[in-house]
Amino acid sequence: MQGEIMDIGLDNLLGETARIKVEGYRFVTISCVEINEIRMELLYHFDRNFQLKHLRLSISRDCRAPSISPVYFAAFLVENEIQDLFGIRFHGLTVDYDRTLYLEKDVKTAPFCKFAVVEKSPVCEEKTP
Amino acid sequence: MTRTIIPFGPQHPVLPEPIHLMLTLDDEVITEAVPAFGFVHRGLEKLVEIRDFHQMIYVVERICGICSMLHAMCYCQGIEEMMGIETPPRARFLRVIWSELHRMHSHLLWLGLFADSFGFESLFMQFWKIREKILDIDEATTGNRIIVSVNVIGGVRKDLTLEQTRGILSELKSVETELKRLETTILNDYTVQNRTVGKGVLTAKQAYELGLVGPTLRASGVMQDARMLKYAAFDDIAFTPVVETDGDCYARCKVRFREVFQSIDLIRQAIGKLPNGEIAVKVKGRPDGEVTSRVEQPRGEVFYYIRANGTKHLERLRVRTPTFANVPALLTMLPGAGLSDVPVIVLSIDPCISCTER
Repeated sequence: MQGEIMDIGLDNLLGETARIKVEGYRFVTISCVEINEIRMELLYHFDRNFQLKHLRLSISRDCRAPSISPVYFAAFLVENEIQDLFGIRFHGLTVDYDRTLYLEKDVKTAPFCKFAVVEKSPVCEEKTP
Repeated sequence: MTRTIIPFGPQHPVLPEPIHLMLTLDDEVITEAVPAFGFVHRGLEKLVEIRDFHQMIYVVERICGICSMLHAMCYCQGIEEMMGIETPPRARFLRVIWSELHRMHSHLLWLGLFADSFGFESLFMQFWKIREKILDIDEATTGNRIIVSVNVIGGVRKDLTLEQTRGILSELKSVETELKRLETTILNDYTVQNRTVGKGVLTAKQAYELGLVGPTLRASGVMQDARMLKYAAFDDIAFTPVVETDGDCYARCKVRFREVFQSIDLIRQAIGKLPNGEIAVKVKGRPDGEVTSRVEQPRGEVFYYIRANGTKHLERLRVRTPTFANVPALLTMLPGAGLSDVPVIVLSIDPCISCTER
């Protein structure tokens, strides 16, 4: 894959994102990939002068990730999309649709997950492995 | 002051597709705008689980009719990179020709809709009349007017004869003449300027930090166009992005209008340099690994993330469409604008909801 890929944990995601912004990168998008019944992967893509940089975050599917929308405002839309389609929750979202960007309020499953997932409550705050 | 909340869309005379905006107003001035989606979401990315990587071309072509060729091209380029396939030079030039024809008919469609958004219906009809000529070229060369379906992994499935390239050049000459006749109206008319100049202004810093793409970004003075990545045959074609600096609706209109002429020039260059030879190579094996792929659609950069595991089904296909990147701009542009300017500002980003809700 073109560009630098960096593995990160939950507790340095926001710091790393802020550093990338200071370096002059623009936000491209986040790709969510279902790895197995337990783990999901979030790939954060950034670009500067057509040079891509990716942050790879592995996360347990029932844990919350910090939203990067306070750093990159545009991320709120894709984070809401991931909440709807993959069921991963983000905390600190600047605009939180609470899983109603695409879905109806009463939908509890994550339609893009191969493994049937029903949202549990309360969700945990995961520490970096 | 009276605080009012007004729902704008999903059904609205100026919106060709359904998007909903919850507008909060103080008197006639917007103080907050929150968009809502979900009216036409199709979950096309999920189809990688049941369609193989060749069949997915048909799926991505149907993400959006207006830029179907560019979706397929971006997808094929990604798979080709993953599988180490080198497409023949002729195929790369043919991709440029059809992709620029797509950009032309998309911009002409938008120019018509934009004129319609401020009530200039005769101008709307003039642009759509010209657009028909481009659709006729598509039909004559591919058999289809919109979803031209020319891309395959390894090249293209259709070729152009000498007679067809001459026909394209002749049609483009007439398109260019007719467009020049409309230039004074779309760029200098009092009504157009009154409704667009100074509306929905975004500075270069704002546009870049919001992650905007395409004409919306370039109209704010940022020279960024995915064609600068020199994909397809763009490394053999002279190309400089069209940039304006005012960052308002008028500047976005000007960028798109100038880009139609630029596309004519790019097609002429591509036809002039069109090499002889094969149009596709045979594809063996299955994709494995992960890639990103980008091309410049009419609305801006489209970004594909593809992950494969050596089977015929991809593991993940993620598509970030240009409208998805440009929607956050509305939350910045609309506050402070008057209610009557909402249709013009919303249309100025050329929203494609089919793309957004792929």
